[in-house]
Amino acid sequence: MLVLALDTATPASTAALVEVTADGLTGVAERRTVDPRAHGEKLAPEIAAVLADAGHRPRDLAAIVAGLGPGPFTGLRVGLATAASMGQALGIPTYGVCSLDALGRAAGPGRVLIATDARRREVYFATYLDGERVTGPEVAKPGDVAALLRASVDRAAGEGALKYGDVFAVPVEEHLLYPPGAALVAFAADRIRQGAPGEVLTPLYLRRPDAVEPSGRKPVLT
Amino acid sequence: MRDEPLVLGIETSCDETGVGIVRGHTLLADALASSVDQHARFGGVVPEVASRAHLEALVPTMQRALDEAGVTLADVDAIAVTSGPGLAGALLVGVAAAKGYALAAEKPIYGVNHLAAHVAVDTLEHGPLPEPAVAMLVSGGHSSLLLVDDLTAGVTPLGATIDDAAGEAFDKVARLLGLGFPGGPIIDRSAREGDPGSIAFPRGLTAPKDLVAHRFDFSFSGLKTAVARWVESRERAGEPVPVADVSASFQEAVCDVLTAKAIDACRSNGVGTLVIGGGVAANSRLRVLAEERAAKHGITVRVPRPGLCTDNGAMVAALGSHLVAAGVAPSRLDLPADSAMRLTEVSVPG
Ligand SMILES: [Zn+2]
Repeated sequence: MLVLALDTATPASTAALVEVTADGLTGVAERRTVDPRAHGEKLAPEIAAVLADAGHRPRDLAAIVAGLGPGPFTGLRVGLATAASMGQALGIPTYGVCSLDALGRAAGPGRVLIATDARRREVYFATYLDGERVTGPEVAKPGDVAALLRASVDRAAGEGALKYGDVFAVPVEEHLLYPPGAALVAFAADRIRQGAPGEVLTPLYLRRPDAVEPSGRKPVLT
Repeated sequence: MRDEPLVLGIETSCDETGVGIVRGHTLLADALASSVDQHARFGGVVPEVASRAHLEALVPTMQRALDEAGVTLADVDAIAVTSGPGLAGALLVGVAAAKGYALAAEKPIYGVNHLAAHVAVDTLEHGPLPEPAVAMLVSGGHSSLLLVDDLTAGVTPLGATIDDAAGEAFDKVARLLGLGFPGGPIIDRSAREGDPGSIAFPRGLTAPKDLVAHRFDFSFSGLKTAVARWVESRERAGEPVPVADVSASFQEAVCDVLTAKAIDACRSNGVGTLVIGGGVAANSRLRVLAEERAAKHGITVRVPRPGLCTDNGAMVAALGSHLVAAGVAPSRLDLPADSAMRLTEVSVPG
Protein backbone atom coordinates (compact mmCIF):
# COMPACT_ATOMS: atom_id res chain seq x y z
CA MET A 1 0.00 0.00 0.00
CA LEU A 2 1.37 3.36 -1.03
CA VAL A 3 1.44 5.86 1.84
CA LEU A 4 2.23 9.58 1.79
CA ALA A 5 4.09 10.95 4.82
CA LEU A 6 4.21 14.68 5.56
CA ASP A 7 6.01 16.61 8.27
CA THR A 8 6.34 20.37 8.82
CA ALA A 9 7.04 20.43 12.56
CA THR A 10 10.64 21.66 12.14
CA PRO A 11 12.32 24.04 9.65
CA ALA A 12 12.13 21.12 7.20
CA SER A 13 9.16 20.49 4.90
CA THR A 14 9.21 16.77 4.24
CA ALA A 15 7.14 14.73 1.80
CA ALA A 16 7.82 11.00 1.43
CA LEU A 17 6.25 8.03 -0.27
CA VAL A 18 6.46 4.76 1.61
CA GLU A 19 5.30 1.31 0.52
CA VAL A 20 3.71 -0.58 3.42
CA THR A 21 3.65 -4.35 2.97
CA ALA A 22 2.35 -7.16 5.16
CA ASP A 23 5.64 -7.49 7.03
CA GLY A 24 7.53 -4.26 6.56
CA LEU A 25 7.89 -0.96 4.81
CA THR A 26 10.10 0.49 2.10
CA GLY A 27 10.92 4.09 1.33
CA VAL A 28 9.98 4.93 -2.25
CA ALA A 29 10.85 8.61 -2.56
CA GLU A 30 11.49 11.55 -0.26
CA ARG A 31 11.87 15.30 -0.76
CA ARG A 32 12.86 17.84 1.87
CA THR A 33 13.41 21.58 1.93
CA VAL A 34 14.88 23.26 4.98
CA ASP A 35 13.50 26.79 5.31
CA PRO A 36 11.52 27.70 8.42
CA ARG A 37 9.38 30.26 6.59
CA ALA A 38 8.61 28.36 3.40
CA HIS A 39 6.45 25.37 4.38
CA GLY A 40 3.41 26.93 2.76
CA GLU A 41 5.21 27.31 -0.53
CA LYS A 42 7.40 24.21 -0.61
CA LEU A 43 5.32 21.34 0.68
CA ALA A 44 2.74 20.98 -2.10
CA PRO A 45 5.31 21.05 -4.93
CA GLU A 46 7.34 18.45 -2.99
CA ILE A 47 4.32 16.15 -2.82
CA ALA A 48 3.77 16.56 -6.55
CA ALA A 49 7.47 15.84 -7.09
CA VAL A 50 7.65 12.64 -5.00
CA LEU A 51 4.60 11.31 -6.80
CA ALA A 52 6.16 12.15 -10.17
CA ASP A 53 9.53 10.70 -9.10
CA ALA A 54 7.85 7.39 -8.35
CA GLY A 55 5.54 7.45 -11.38
CA HIS A 56 2.40 7.59 -9.25
CA ARG A 57 -0.74 9.70 -9.19
CA PRO A 58 -2.52 10.95 -6.06
CA ARG A 59 -5.30 8.37 -6.54
CA ASP A 60 -2.73 5.60 -5.98
CA LEU A 61 -2.38 6.60 -2.32
CA ALA A 62 -3.93 4.34 0.32
CA ALA A 63 -3.31 6.50 3.39
CA ILE A 64 -1.60 9.67 4.64
CA VAL A 65 0.53 9.92 7.78
CA ALA A 66 1.29 13.39 9.15
CA GLY A 67 3.63 14.62 11.86
CA LEU A 68 1.45 16.26 14.56
CA GLY A 69 4.37 18.22 16.00
CA PRO A 70 5.08 19.63 18.45
CA GLY A 71 6.55 22.43 16.38
CA PRO A 72 6.15 26.12 15.53
CA PHE A 73 2.41 26.47 14.92
CA THR A 74 2.24 28.26 11.61
CA GLY A 75 4.44 25.79 9.76
CA LEU A 76 2.99 22.79 11.58
CA ARG A 77 -0.52 23.66 10.41
CA VAL A 78 0.62 23.68 6.77
CA GLY A 79 1.42 19.97 6.89
CA LEU A 80 -1.77 19.07 8.74
CA ALA A 81 -4.07 21.18 6.54
CA THR A 82 -2.49 19.64 3.47
CA ALA A 83 -2.76 16.10 4.81
CA ALA A 84 -6.36 16.56 5.94
CA SER A 85 -7.52 18.10 2.66
CA MET A 86 -5.81 15.44 0.57
CA GLY A 87 -7.27 12.70 2.72
CA GLN A 88 -10.75 14.21 2.32
CA ALA A 89 -10.39 14.67 -1.44
CA LEU A 90 -9.12 11.12 -1.97
CA GLY A 91 -11.41 9.50 0.57
CA ILE A 92 -8.49 7.83 2.33
CA PRO A 93 -7.64 7.72 6.04
CA THR A 94 -5.22 10.14 7.69
CA TYR A 95 -3.17 9.18 10.75
CA GLY A 96 -1.22 11.45 13.08
CA VAL A 97 2.12 10.65 14.68
CA CYS A 98 4.18 12.72 17.15
CA SER A 99 6.96 14.20 15.02
CA LEU A 100 9.54 13.66 17.77
CA ASP A 101 8.71 9.93 17.75
CA ALA A 102 9.92 9.68 14.16
CA LEU A 103 13.28 11.10 15.22
CA GLY A 104 13.34 8.89 18.32
CA ARG A 105 12.77 5.78 16.23
CA ALA A 106 15.31 6.80 13.63
CA ALA A 107 17.89 7.41 16.36
CA GLY A 108 17.92 3.66 17.07
CA PRO A 109 18.89 1.77 20.22
CA GLY A 110 19.91 3.31 23.53
CA ARG A 111 18.78 6.24 25.65
CA VAL A 112 18.19 9.25 23.45
CA LEU A 113 16.99 12.82 23.88
CA ILE A 114 15.11 14.29 20.92
CA ALA A 115 14.92 18.08 20.93
CA THR A 116 13.60 20.46 18.28
CA ASP A 117 13.64 24.24 18.24
CA ALA A 118 10.53 25.73 19.86
CA ARG A 119 11.83 29.31 19.36
CA ARG A 120 11.75 31.80 22.28
CA ARG A 121 14.90 30.04 23.57
CA GLU A 122 12.97 26.86 24.31
CA VAL A 123 12.92 23.32 22.89
CA TYR A 124 10.24 20.73 22.29
CA PHE A 125 11.63 17.49 23.68
CA ALA A 126 10.97 13.86 24.51
CA THR A 127 13.21 10.98 25.60
CA TYR A 128 13.41 7.50 24.08
CA LEU A 129 14.66 4.07 25.05
CA ASP A 130 15.39 1.88 22.02
CA GLY A 131 13.09 4.00 19.85
CA GLU A 132 10.13 4.00 22.26
CA ARG A 133 9.10 7.23 23.95
CA VAL A 134 9.74 7.34 27.71
CA THR A 135 8.91 10.95 28.60
CA GLY A 136 7.41 13.96 26.82
CA PRO A 137 6.64 15.57 24.55
CA GLU A 138 7.02 18.81 26.43
CA VAL A 139 8.32 22.32 25.89
CA ALA A 140 10.97 23.87 28.17
CA LYS A 141 14.18 25.88 28.36
CA PRO A 142 17.25 23.85 27.34
CA GLY A 143 18.85 24.42 30.77
CA ASP A 144 15.78 23.05 32.52
CA VAL A 145 15.71 20.03 30.21
CA ALA A 146 19.38 19.33 30.97
CA ALA A 147 18.74 19.60 34.72
CA LEU A 148 15.73 17.30 34.46
CA LEU A 149 17.57 14.67 32.47
CA ARG A 150 20.79 14.63 34.48
CA ALA A 151 22.62 11.68 32.99
CA SER A 152 19.57 9.69 31.86
CA VAL A 153 20.38 9.91 28.14
CA ASP A 154 23.51 9.00 26.22
CA ARG A 155 22.90 10.84 22.97
CA ALA A 156 20.71 13.52 21.47
CA ALA A 157 19.23 14.21 18.04
CA GLY A 158 17.07 16.86 16.39
CA GLU A 159 17.92 20.41 15.35
CA GLY A 160 17.17 21.65 18.89
CA ALA A 161 19.80 19.30 20.24
CA LEU A 162 22.30 20.65 17.74
CA LYS A 163 21.45 24.27 18.55
CA TYR A 164 21.76 23.76 22.32
CA GLY A 165 24.34 20.95 22.19
CA ASP A 166 26.62 22.60 24.75
CA VAL A 167 23.74 22.81 27.26
CA PHE A 168 22.78 19.13 26.98
CA ALA A 169 26.41 17.98 27.17
CA VAL A 170 25.83 14.68 25.32
CA PRO A 171 26.93 13.71 21.81
CA VAL A 172 24.58 14.96 19.10
CA GLU A 173 23.63 12.93 16.02
CA GLU A 174 24.28 15.68 13.53
CA HIS A 175 22.88 13.71 10.61
CA LEU A 176 19.50 13.27 12.31
CA LEU A 177 17.90 16.69 12.58
CA TYR A 178 14.47 16.34 10.96
CA PRO A 179 11.74 13.67 11.18
CA PRO A 180 12.20 11.09 8.37
CA GLY A 181 9.03 10.16 6.48
CA ALA A 182 9.48 6.39 6.69
CA ALA A 183 9.87 6.55 10.49
CA LEU A 184 6.59 8.46 10.75
CA VAL A 185 4.84 5.80 8.69
CA ALA A 186 6.29 3.04 10.88
CA PHE A 187 4.19 4.30 13.80
CA ALA A 188 1.01 4.02 11.76
CA ALA A 189 1.90 0.86 9.81
CA ASP A 190 -0.25 -1.49 11.87
CA ARG A 191 -3.25 0.79 11.64
CA ILE A 192 -2.72 1.10 7.88
CA ARG A 193 -2.49 -2.69 7.42
CA GLN A 194 -5.63 -3.23 9.45
CA GLY A 195 -7.50 -0.50 7.58
CA ALA A 196 -8.20 1.22 10.91
CA PRO A 197 -10.37 4.33 10.69
CA GLY A 198 -8.42 7.53 10.13
CA GLU A 199 -8.32 10.31 12.70
CA VAL A 200 -8.73 14.07 12.75
CA LEU A 201 -5.23 15.57 12.68
CA THR A 202 -4.95 17.72 15.82
CA PRO A 203 -1.63 19.51 16.35
CA LEU A 204 0.35 18.93 19.53
CA TYR A 205 0.46 22.63 20.38
CA LEU A 206 1.75 22.35 23.98
CA ARG A 207 1.36 26.11 24.34
CA ARG A 208 -1.71 28.29 24.61
CA PRO A 209 -2.25 31.11 22.12
CA ASP A 210 -0.71 34.41 23.17
CA ALA A 211 -3.69 36.55 23.88
CA VAL A 212 -4.39 38.98 26.66
CA GLU A 213 -7.82 40.04 27.70
CA PRO A 214 -8.05 43.82 27.61
CA SER A 215 -7.92 45.55 30.96
CA GLY A 216 -10.14 48.52 31.77
CA ARG A 217 -10.40 51.54 29.49
CA LYS A 218 -7.42 53.87 29.36
CA PRO A 219 -8.44 57.47 30.05
CA VAL A 220 -7.99 59.88 27.15
CA LEU A 221 -8.48 63.07 29.14
CA THR A 222 -5.46 64.32 31.05
CA MET B 1 -25.93 26.25 -18.05
CA ARG B 2 -23.75 23.19 -17.68
CA ASP B 3 -20.87 24.66 -19.64
CA GLU B 4 -20.23 27.45 -17.14
CA PRO B 5 -17.28 26.72 -14.85
CA LEU B 6 -17.92 24.99 -11.52
CA VAL B 7 -15.58 26.71 -9.09
CA LEU B 8 -14.94 26.16 -5.42
CA GLY B 9 -13.66 29.00 -3.22
CA ILE B 10 -11.88 28.84 0.13
CA GLU B 11 -11.59 31.84 2.46
CA THR B 12 -9.57 31.98 5.71
CA SER B 13 -8.09 35.49 5.80
CA CYS B 14 -9.54 36.50 9.17
CA ASP B 15 -11.93 34.76 11.58
CA GLU B 16 -14.38 33.15 9.12
CA THR B 17 -13.70 29.77 7.54
CA GLY B 18 -15.67 29.83 4.30
CA VAL B 19 -16.17 27.38 1.45
CA GLY B 20 -18.36 28.46 -1.44
CA ILE B 21 -19.28 26.77 -4.70
CA VAL B 22 -20.55 28.59 -7.79
CA ARG B 23 -21.39 27.66 -11.34
CA GLY B 24 -20.78 30.76 -13.46
CA HIS B 25 -22.62 33.52 -11.58
CA THR B 26 -24.91 31.08 -9.77
CA LEU B 27 -24.31 30.39 -6.10
CA LEU B 28 -24.68 26.68 -5.29
CA ALA B 29 -23.30 26.55 -1.75
CA ASP B 30 -21.89 28.89 0.87
CA ALA B 31 -20.74 27.10 4.04
CA LEU B 32 -19.29 29.11 6.88
CA ALA B 33 -17.76 28.49 10.30
CA SER B 34 -16.87 31.47 12.46
CA SER B 35 -14.53 31.76 15.42
CA VAL B 36 -15.95 35.18 16.34
CA ASP B 37 -17.20 33.98 19.74
CA GLN B 38 -13.71 32.87 20.72
CA HIS B 39 -12.38 36.40 20.10
CA ALA B 40 -15.16 38.31 21.88
CA ARG B 41 -13.50 38.45 25.29
CA PHE B 42 -10.32 39.84 23.71
CA GLY B 43 -12.24 42.66 22.01
CA GLY B 44 -10.72 41.81 18.63
CA VAL B 45 -9.55 38.92 16.48
CA VAL B 46 -6.59 37.00 17.99
CA PRO B 47 -4.60 35.64 15.02
CA GLU B 48 -3.44 32.39 16.65
CA VAL B 49 -6.95 31.61 17.89
CA ALA B 50 -8.30 32.23 14.38
CA SER B 51 -5.64 29.99 12.78
CA ARG B 52 -6.39 27.11 15.13
CA ALA B 53 -10.09 27.43 14.43
CA HIS B 54 -9.53 27.41 10.65
CA LEU B 55 -7.62 24.13 10.83
CA GLU B 56 -10.42 22.52 12.84
CA ALA B 57 -13.21 23.91 10.67
CA LEU B 58 -11.90 23.41 7.16
CA VAL B 59 -12.69 19.78 6.46
CA PRO B 60 -16.21 19.86 7.94
CA THR B 61 -16.99 23.17 6.22
CA MET B 62 -15.81 21.74 2.89
CA GLN B 63 -18.04 18.72 3.41
CA ARG B 64 -21.06 20.90 4.12
CA ALA B 65 -20.44 22.97 0.99
CA LEU B 66 -20.07 19.89 -1.23
CA ASP B 67 -23.23 18.33 0.23
CA GLU B 68 -25.19 21.58 -0.13
CA ALA B 69 -24.18 21.92 -3.79
CA GLY B 70 -24.61 18.20 -4.46
CA VAL B 71 -21.21 17.92 -6.15
CA THR B 72 -17.90 16.19 -5.45
CA LEU B 73 -14.38 17.57 -5.76
CA ALA B 74 -14.00 15.53 -8.94
CA ASP B 75 -16.79 17.60 -10.57
CA VAL B 76 -15.08 20.93 -9.86
CA ASP B 77 -13.30 22.80 -12.67
CA ALA B 78 -11.03 24.91 -10.47
CA ILE B 79 -10.26 25.72 -6.85
CA ALA B 80 -9.81 29.34 -5.77
CA VAL B 81 -8.39 30.41 -2.43
CA THR B 82 -7.72 33.73 -0.74
CA SER B 83 -3.98 34.27 -1.06
CA GLY B 84 -4.09 37.67 0.68
CA PRO B 85 -4.31 40.23 2.11
CA GLY B 86 -5.17 39.09 5.63
CA LEU B 87 -3.70 37.48 8.74
CA ALA B 88 -0.61 35.56 7.62
CA GLY B 89 -1.12 32.44 9.75
CA ALA B 90 -4.83 32.27 8.98
CA LEU B 91 -4.31 32.65 5.23
CA LEU B 92 -1.73 29.89 5.29
CA VAL B 93 -4.22 27.31 6.58
CA GLY B 94 -6.60 27.98 3.70
CA VAL B 95 -3.84 28.09 1.10
CA ALA B 96 -2.33 24.81 2.33
CA ALA B 97 -5.72 23.12 2.32
CA ALA B 98 -6.57 24.47 -1.13
CA LYS B 99 -3.31 23.06 -2.44
CA GLY B 100 -4.14 19.70 -0.88
CA TYR B 101 -7.54 19.66 -2.59
CA ALA B 102 -6.11 20.83 -5.92
CA LEU B 103 -3.25 18.33 -5.79
CA ALA B 104 -5.35 15.35 -4.77
CA ALA B 105 -8.20 16.07 -7.19
CA GLU B 106 -5.76 17.17 -9.93
CA LYS B 107 -7.48 20.54 -10.45
CA PRO B 108 -6.09 23.99 -11.28
CA ILE B 109 -5.69 26.38 -8.35
CA TYR B 110 -6.14 30.17 -8.29
CA GLY B 111 -4.66 32.20 -5.43
CA VAL B 112 -6.87 35.29 -5.40
CA ASN B 113 -7.03 38.72 -3.82
CA HIS B 114 -9.50 38.98 -0.94
CA LEU B 115 -10.51 42.56 -1.75
CA ALA B 116 -11.18 41.79 -5.42
CA ALA B 117 -13.29 38.86 -4.19
CA HIS B 118 -15.40 41.28 -2.10
CA VAL B 119 -16.16 43.09 -5.37
CA ALA B 120 -16.76 39.93 -7.41
CA VAL B 121 -19.32 38.50 -4.98
CA ASP B 122 -21.85 41.11 -6.07
CA THR B 123 -22.09 39.39 -9.48
CA LEU B 124 -23.77 36.45 -7.74
CA GLU B 125 -26.73 38.69 -6.89
CA HIS B 126 -26.74 41.40 -9.51
CA GLY B 127 -25.08 39.79 -12.53
CA PRO B 128 -22.00 41.02 -14.41
CA LEU B 129 -20.52 44.21 -13.03
CA PRO B 130 -20.51 47.25 -15.35
CA GLU B 131 -16.91 48.38 -15.76
CA PRO B 132 -15.53 50.76 -14.80
CA ALA B 133 -17.12 50.79 -11.36
CA VAL B 134 -16.07 52.18 -8.00
CA ALA B 135 -15.98 49.77 -5.08
CA MET B 136 -15.98 50.74 -1.43
CA LEU B 137 -14.87 47.93 0.88
CA VAL B 138 -15.47 48.56 4.55
CA SER B 139 -14.96 46.00 7.29
CA GLY B 140 -13.04 45.34 10.49
CA GLY B 141 -9.92 44.75 8.41
CA HIS B 142 -10.20 47.12 5.47
CA SER B 143 -11.56 50.49 4.38
CA SER B 144 -10.75 51.10 0.73
CA LEU B 145 -12.02 52.90 -2.32
CA LEU B 146 -11.12 51.14 -5.56
CA LEU B 147 -11.53 51.83 -9.23
CA VAL B 148 -12.50 48.58 -10.97
CA ASP B 149 -11.56 48.83 -14.64
CA ASP B 150 -11.23 45.15 -15.34
CA LEU B 151 -11.74 42.65 -12.56
CA THR B 152 -9.61 40.02 -14.28
CA ALA B 153 -6.54 42.18 -14.66
CA GLY B 154 -6.19 44.54 -11.75
CA VAL B 155 -7.92 47.04 -9.56
CA THR B 156 -6.69 50.60 -8.97
CA PRO B 157 -6.61 51.72 -5.35
CA LEU B 158 -8.03 55.23 -4.98
CA GLY B 159 -7.77 55.54 -1.24
CA ALA B 160 -7.74 53.66 2.05
CA THR B 161 -7.78 54.27 5.77
CA ILE B 162 -4.60 55.80 7.13
CA ASP B 163 -5.24 54.39 10.62
CA ASP B 164 -8.18 52.28 11.88
CA ALA B 165 -10.51 50.38 9.57
CA ALA B 166 -14.15 51.48 9.69
CA GLY B 167 -15.24 48.23 11.34
CA GLU B 168 -12.47 48.56 13.89
CA ALA B 169 -13.86 51.99 14.86
CA PHE B 170 -17.27 50.38 15.41
CA ASP B 171 -15.64 47.69 17.60
CA LYS B 172 -13.70 50.21 19.67
CA VAL B 173 -16.65 52.55 20.22
CA ALA B 174 -18.90 49.61 21.13
CA ARG B 175 -16.36 48.54 23.74
CA LEU B 176 -16.08 52.07 25.05
CA LEU B 177 -19.83 52.15 25.52
CA GLY B 178 -19.78 48.70 27.12
CA LEU B 179 -21.93 47.23 24.35
CA GLY B 180 -19.89 44.13 23.35
CA PHE B 181 -18.17 42.66 20.27
CA PRO B 182 -18.40 42.78 17.29
CA GLY B 183 -19.44 46.41 17.38
CA GLY B 184 -21.05 46.93 13.97
CA PRO B 185 -24.47 45.32 14.48
CA ILE B 186 -24.65 46.45 18.14
CA ILE B 187 -24.03 50.13 17.34
CA ASP B 188 -26.43 49.93 14.40
CA ARG B 189 -29.16 48.66 16.75
CA SER B 190 -28.37 51.11 19.53
CA ALA B 191 -28.29 54.02 17.05
CA ARG B 192 -31.89 53.41 16.03
CA GLU B 193 -33.05 54.80 19.39
CA GLY B 194 -30.75 57.84 19.24
CA ASP B 195 -30.47 61.21 17.55
CA PRO B 196 -27.69 61.26 14.93
CA GLY B 197 -27.53 65.05 15.08
CA SER B 198 -27.19 65.34 18.86
CA ILE B 199 -23.38 65.32 19.05
CA ALA B 200 -21.11 66.85 16.40
CA PHE B 201 -18.29 64.31 16.10
CA PRO B 202 -15.41 65.09 13.69
CA ARG B 203 -15.32 63.91 10.06
CA GLY B 204 -11.77 62.67 9.46
CA LEU B 205 -9.80 63.90 6.41
CA THR B 206 -12.57 66.14 5.09
CA ALA B 207 -10.99 69.55 5.74
CA PRO B 208 -9.98 71.39 2.55
CA LYS B 209 -6.27 70.87 3.25
CA ASP B 210 -6.78 67.10 3.82
CA LEU B 211 -8.69 66.81 0.57
CA VAL B 212 -5.55 67.76 -1.34
CA ALA B 213 -3.40 64.83 -0.23
CA HIS B 214 -6.08 62.49 1.13
CA ARG B 215 -9.14 63.10 -1.04
CA PHE B 216 -10.15 59.41 -1.05
CA ASP B 217 -8.46 58.30 2.17
CA PHE B 218 -10.16 57.74 5.49
CA SER B 219 -9.18 58.27 9.12
CA PHE B 220 -11.25 56.96 12.01
CA SER B 221 -8.77 57.16 14.85
CA GLY B 222 -9.53 60.80 15.65
CA LEU B 223 -13.23 60.08 15.67
CA LYS B 224 -12.78 57.20 18.09
CA THR B 225 -10.74 59.44 20.42
CA ALA B 226 -13.34 62.20 20.16
CA VAL B 227 -16.05 59.75 21.22
CA ALA B 228 -13.88 58.56 24.11
CA ARG B 229 -13.29 62.16 25.27
CA TRP B 230 -16.94 63.02 25.05
CA VAL B 231 -18.00 59.97 27.03
CA GLU B 232 -15.32 60.50 29.63
CA SER B 233 -16.20 64.16 30.21
CA ARG B 234 -19.77 63.12 30.82
CA GLU B 235 -18.71 60.47 33.29
CA ARG B 236 -16.39 62.87 35.10
CA ALA B 237 -19.19 65.37 35.41
CA GLY B 238 -21.28 62.62 36.98
CA GLU B 239 -23.81 62.78 34.18
CA PRO B 240 -25.37 59.74 32.50
CA VAL B 241 -24.03 58.78 29.05
CA PRO B 242 -26.78 58.82 26.41
CA VAL B 243 -25.60 55.62 24.75
CA ALA B 244 -28.11 55.68 21.88
CA ASP B 245 -27.29 59.30 20.99
CA VAL B 246 -23.54 58.61 21.08
CA SER B 247 -24.04 55.51 18.88
CA ALA B 248 -26.20 57.38 16.40
CA SER B 249 -23.90 60.41 16.20
CA PHE B 250 -20.79 58.24 15.83
CA GLN B 251 -22.42 56.09 13.16
CA GLU B 252 -23.57 59.22 11.31
CA ALA B 253 -20.01 60.58 11.29
CA VAL B 254 -18.63 57.33 9.83
CA CYS B 255 -21.35 56.92 7.22
CA ASP B 256 -21.23 60.59 6.23
CA VAL B 257 -17.52 60.43 5.40
CA LEU B 258 -17.70 57.02 3.72
CA THR B 259 -20.56 57.90 1.41
CA ALA B 260 -19.35 61.43 0.62
CA LYS B 261 -15.96 60.10 -0.46
CA ALA B 262 -17.43 57.17 -2.36
CA ILE B 263 -19.74 59.43 -4.37
CA ASP B 264 -16.89 61.86 -4.97
CA ALA B 265 -14.78 58.95 -6.27
CA CYS B 266 -17.55 57.93 -8.69
CA ARG B 267 -18.09 61.47 -9.95
CA SER B 268 -14.44 62.34 -10.38
CA ASN B 269 -13.87 59.14 -12.36
CA GLY B 270 -17.04 59.46 -14.39
CA VAL B 271 -18.32 56.16 -13.00
CA GLY B 272 -22.03 55.32 -12.74
CA THR B 273 -21.86 52.25 -10.48
CA LEU B 274 -20.86 52.02 -6.83
CA VAL B 275 -20.42 48.58 -5.26
CA ILE B 276 -20.22 48.37 -1.48
CA GLY B 277 -18.80 45.32 0.27
CA GLY B 278 -17.32 44.20 3.58
CA GLY B 279 -19.04 43.71 6.93
CA VAL B 280 -19.79 47.42 7.43
CA ALA B 281 -21.84 47.34 4.20
CA ALA B 282 -24.48 45.63 6.34
CA ASN B 283 -24.89 48.87 8.34
CA SER B 284 -28.43 50.13 7.80
CA ARG B 285 -27.54 53.82 7.88
CA LEU B 286 -24.69 53.37 5.38
CA ARG B 287 -27.00 51.73 2.87
CA VAL B 288 -29.68 54.45 3.17
CA LEU B 289 -27.24 57.35 3.00
CA ALA B 290 -25.37 55.85 0.03
CA GLU B 291 -28.62 55.33 -1.90
CA GLU B 292 -29.79 58.87 -1.10
CA ARG B 293 -26.59 60.56 -2.18
CA ALA B 294 -26.02 58.35 -5.23
CA ALA B 295 -29.54 58.97 -6.51
CA LYS B 296 -28.84 62.71 -6.66
CA HIS B 297 -26.05 62.07 -9.14
CA GLY B 298 -27.63 59.26 -11.13
CA ILE B 299 -25.26 56.67 -9.65
CA THR B 300 -26.44 53.09 -9.14
CA VAL B 301 -25.54 51.49 -5.81
CA ARG B 302 -25.03 47.74 -5.66
CA VAL B 303 -24.80 46.10 -2.24
CA PRO B 304 -24.90 42.31 -1.89
CA ARG B 305 -27.08 40.90 0.87
CA PRO B 306 -25.41 41.04 4.32
CA GLY B 307 -24.38 37.36 4.30
CA LEU B 308 -22.33 37.94 1.17
CA CYS B 309 -20.85 41.27 2.39
CA THR B 310 -18.99 39.71 5.28
CA ASP B 311 -16.11 37.31 4.56
CA ASN B 312 -17.22 34.04 2.97
CA GLY B 313 -16.15 31.36 0.52
CA ALA B 314 -18.72 32.32 -2.12
CA MET B 315 -16.88 35.57 -2.86
CA VAL B 316 -13.68 33.68 -3.54
CA ALA B 317 -15.50 31.20 -5.75
CA ALA B 318 -17.19 34.11 -7.59
CA LEU B 319 -13.85 35.72 -8.39
CA GLY B 320 -12.36 32.34 -9.34
CA SER B 321 -15.24 31.70 -11.70
CA HIS B 322 -14.74 35.13 -13.27
CA LEU B 323 -11.03 34.38 -13.81
CA VAL B 324 -11.69 30.91 -15.27
CA ALA B 325 -14.30 32.32 -17.67
CA ALA B 326 -11.85 35.03 -18.75
CA GLY B 327 -9.18 32.43 -19.53
CA VAL B 328 -6.74 33.69 -16.87
CA ALA B 329 -3.92 31.19 -16.23
CA PRO B 330 -4.06 29.39 -12.88
CA SER B 331 -1.46 29.92 -10.15
CA ARG B 332 1.22 27.35 -9.39
CA LEU B 333 1.41 24.97 -6.44
CA ASP B 334 4.09 27.13 -4.81
CA LEU B 335 1.73 30.13 -4.60
CA PRO B 336 2.31 32.01 -1.36
CA ALA B 337 -0.01 33.24 1.34
CA ASP B 338 0.69 36.97 1.03
CA SER B 339 -0.60 38.95 4.00
CA ALA B 340 0.16 42.23 2.19
CA MET B 341 -1.04 41.20 -1.29
CA ARG B 342 -1.44 44.28 -3.45
CA LEU B 343 -4.59 45.22 -5.28
CA THR B 344 -2.82 45.36 -8.58
CA GLU B 345 -2.67 41.57 -8.28
CA VAL B 346 -6.14 40.01 -8.65
CA SER B 347 -4.69 36.50 -8.74
CA VAL B 348 -1.21 35.06 -8.25
CA PRO B 349 0.28 34.74 -11.74
CA GLY B 350 1.04 31.22 -12.98
ZN1 LIG C 1 -12.97 41.02 4.03
